[in-house]
Amino acid sequence: MKKSLMTKGATVAAMGLSTLAMAVAAQAETLNIVSWGGAYSMSQQKAYHEPWMEKTGDEIVNIDRSGNALAGLRAQNQAGNVTWDLVDMLPADALIACAEGLIEPLDHDQLLADAPDGTPPTEDFIDNSLTECFVPSIVYSNIVAFNTEMFPEGKQPSTIADVFDLENYPGKRTLLRKPINNLEWALVADGVAPEDVYDVLETEEGVQRAFAKLDTIKDEVIWWEEGAQPPQLLADQEVAFGSAYNGRIFNAMVTEDQPFEIIWDAQVFELDGWVVPTGKLDKVKDYLHFATDTQRLADQAKYISYGPARKSTSDMVSTHAETGIDMTPHMPTYPPNFETAIPKDDEFWADNNDELTQRFNAWLAQ
Amino acid sequence: MSNSSSAPLTTADGVPLRVSLRRAIRRSKLKALLLVSPLLLFLGIAFVMPIVDMLWRSVDNPEVSSTLPRTVSALDGWEGEALPGEPVFAALAEDLREGQQARNLGLLASRLNYEKSGMRSTITRTARRLRTLEPPYREALIEINDTWGELDTWRLIQRESSPYTLSYYLAAVDRQFSPQGEIVPVPEYLQIHATLFWRTFWMSAVITLATLLLGYPVAFLLANLPLRHSNLLMILVLLPFWTSLLVRTTTWIAILQSQGVLNDVMVALGVIADEARWQMIHNKTGTIIAMTHILLPFMILPLYSVMKTIPPSYMHAARSLGGRPFLCFRRVYFPLTIPGIAAGGILVFILSIGYYITPALVGGQSGRFITNYIAYHMQTSLNWGLAAAIASILLFVVVVFYWIFNRLIGVDKVKLG
Amino acid sequence: MALPSYATTGERIWHYVFLASCGLIFLFLIGPLLVIIPLSFNAEPYFTFTEAMLTFDPAGYSLRWYEDFFTSKAWLNAIKNSFIVGIASTLLATVLGTIAALGLSSRYMPARGAIMALLISPMIVPLIISAAAMFFFFSKINLAQTYLGVILAHTVLGIPFVVITVTATLSSFDTTLIRAAHSLGANPTRTFFKVVLPLVTPGVVSGALFAFITSFDEVVVVLFIAGPEQRTMPIQMWSGIREQISPTILAVATLLVLLSMLLLATLELLRRRGERLRGLSPG
Repeated sequence: MKKSLMTKGATVAAMGLSTLAMAVAAQAETLNIVSWGGAYSMSQQKAYHEPWMEKTGDEIVNIDRSGNALAGLRAQNQAGNVTWDLVDMLPADALIACAEGLIEPLDHDQLLADAPDGTPPTEDFIDNSLTECFVPSIVYSNIVAFNTEMFPEGKQPSTIADVFDLENYPGKRTLLRKPINNLEWALVADGVAPEDVYDVLETEEGVQRAFAKLDTIKDEVIWWEEGAQPPQLLADQEVAFGSAYNGRIFNAMVTEDQPFEIIWDAQVFELDGWVVPTGKLDKVKDYLHFATDTQRLADQAKYISYGPARKSTSDMVSTHAETGIDMTPHMPTYPPNFETAIPKDDEFWADNNDELTQRFNAWLAQ
Repeated sequence: MSNSSSAPLTTADGVPLRVSLRRAIRRSKLKALLLVSPLLLFLGIAFVMPIVDMLWRSVDNPEVSSTLPRTVSALDGWEGEALPGEPVFAALAEDLREGQQARNLGLLASRLNYEKSGMRSTITRTARRLRTLEPPYREALIEINDTWGELDTWRLIQRESSPYTLSYYLAAVDRQFSPQGEIVPVPEYLQIHATLFWRTFWMSAVITLATLLLGYPVAFLLANLPLRHSNLLMILVLLPFWTSLLVRTTTWIAILQSQGVLNDVMVALGVIADEARWQMIHNKTGTIIAMTHILLPFMILPLYSVMKTIPPSYMHAARSLGGRPFLCFRRVYFPLTIPGIAAGGILVFILSIGYYITPALVGGQSGRFITNYIAYHMQTSLNWGLAAAIASILLFVVVVFYWIFNRLIGVDKVKLG
Repeated sequence: MALPSYATTGERIWHYVFLASCGLIFLFLIGPLLVIIPLSFNAEPYFTFTEAMLTFDPAGYSLRWYEDFFTSKAWLNAIKNSFIVGIASTLLATVLGTIAALGLSSRYMPARGAIMALLISPMIVPLIISAAAMFFFFSKINLAQTYLGVILAHTVLGIPFVVITVTATLSSFDTTLIRAAHSLGANPTRTFFKVVLPLVTPGVVSGALFAFITSFDEVVVVLFIAGPEQRTMPIQMWSGIREQISPTILAVATLLVLLSMLLLATLELLRRRGERLRGLSPG
């Protein structure tokens, strides 16, 4: 009797302790996650954040600062007051941030989830996409889209050369106010094969050739700086063509019924994904493990037309969550879309962005 | 009585009056200073120190000297005529190894890439292969990346090894060091900052002139109306003055854009065709119109306060002496208003060259100011040294005009509405 | 401005041309502010007058953008931040500025011109330069991305306005009034509260209003040194204008125009009160 009472007491105590331990483990945290805003953040909210918050009780705060993420990381790092816990970033910026020690090097196989069939992450993610400090989550694409109502039937544009053809396809264009993508497109429109673009751009003649081609449409271009601008300008018919991220155009086409069409010719595709600011790895590693597993990446593709970065998602083809349409033909990686695709050369841009941007700005100011 | 005229005046407690007076003045001075000191201290920390820090940053150049200390000292005395020897390459390998460990090669790579495109990947690629690197380092490094075999690379490292640099100031005026260390203009296709400085100044001059042309008659009217009426009209000047800058900029977007109010009206009136709408925004025109509107009160108010002090009898006298109205105005009234023109003109000009928000929102490509490039280098290109250098040059110009303003008019004469 | 009776025909024409151009300039000054008010009641998401609006069809008008504004978490949070920063920095600037103005208006203030030039310089130095400088420095001392940092920065920007208005009030202050109060038997405390304070208050309050509106309207510095938690209303407007101009911005703009009208009226009342107290105007 006595013994049983003692056991009972011990059991109660142990239970109390374990509840306490659970309470500590499950103590809700607030994660400040930096991303791109708009439809993209919404897809992360639905596919990653909401299930995670439900599971753990954590609070996730979305901060739309990825456009200036590198500057923000530098400033916070210098201040010794890093408030961001996880940052969505382009791999080119991640290379720089990594070399500056602003973000954590990651042991991918140890940190990330295996594929459902047990394939380790280093083999499951798209080849060469994992870099020292970077975990990709999506493949997205820079494309040019047009408003179908602004061209007569039978005279709809279809190639990147059409974007540079003012005679047959008149109207304003809106392009990103940076040399990236525009120089590539100018060369392709001028007859360079997509796979040779960066070789040509390495030479001074190549750069001149690209600018000369851009010169031919310069007067008709409105330059955009925020990702939300091109769909808006296309919808208002202020422009006929607009370069944009394919997901934003998809979003406008499907959820707002806009009469847009994407020119997949010479799409410039690249990755986008997560980096962990220095000192934050312990805080976010569970979330990172969760948000980059096969299921979560496949789920995200239900909300936005960006390709998941894991091969194991390929047989989990999904349909759009709201409208139920098949997402496959809207993905940058869909083979017919992918034929003339240009993989963005991060190293070329890491080296030449400073100078080409200055040259581009000088060209604009003329 | 006769005594007091020879002995010095004293106060009740026997202290000579002069001493006592001096003491009192000193005490008053001290008291006045004491009252101002909290504010001075505050501004010193929150305003002056940041500015000093920025000036310092525009010449600060720690990257090469702190990341490549061995290389820099090994290069000491190198003439720049032939490729350096093995010791320099060995020192570089050692420095890069250490930098790799401390993970601070990124800043060095960025710094050198500003001066020589391609240095970023040269350094990151080399760093990636350091683990397998073996002597002789000279051959090994050149094998990894032939940039290490170029004389210019080493001249660059040697030149930027000093803890201070003028490179940012040179870049801010579209100049650079040639590999030989001479100051030369950057290639024409890279010239942008000097153009923008120049554009900022001439567009500000145009805006100042426009505010003067529009402000002068209004100030004249206000100064010569009975107070009751002028007070009422003054509200029309002060209301925009008090309204948010962003609101005023927004209204100009609504009015001037191609689907905006003014174009719609013109199309409706048949003045222009629907396809030929005026492009009045996202260019110089947009910036000039919006900024003239925004800065107009800064011209009207000083003009008004000067005109208010000119007695109407001057003009009456001139007229009664037989002067024709225009002549009287030109010879009598106008010269009296020159202080107001100077005050308003300098004020508007100073404010205009420092404007950022309005050119950024309505300036498009051609209507951007140099301020937009400070923001650009702060937030996008992340070349903070260059941003600091451009800002320092602009600050210098503003301070010169502020000094002139202060000499001519005196800052304490500034009135706010 | 009446025409003299001896005016010639040419002068008459000139006079009316002059009045007409002044009218146009006043229209240029005030028109834009008036245009946006009806636009903010647009029922369509356009930035211009729709046909329904021009024909005064009630269906062309709606309050939807105001509803948008008052139900948006982001906007409400931005208003809250603007008030927190505005009020705190105004208090700080007013206290520091008023004390300093008392010293500055002393006849014995040494190096008055130089000090005055320094105190007013935050108003003259381009905001982008102050913003960049504060960004560098505040990052170093852990003040970037904090409320305190933004408040201190706005205090700096508000100080010149307080210093200018309060010193102007004090310079027109008749010090014989103090002596008169003393000679009538009032002690210094009583003199301060009964004589000095009532006369100086209008100047202090209008300086404070200037400081507040400066902070309330400031974009550039906040853009550089504020973190996401300190998003103020001007920042919200700024990103709204840059990304996509929804008429919600016009609704906000209209509210801000009303606010500035209110402030202007307050200032006018203060000015009149100040003049009356100092016996400068009859009524």
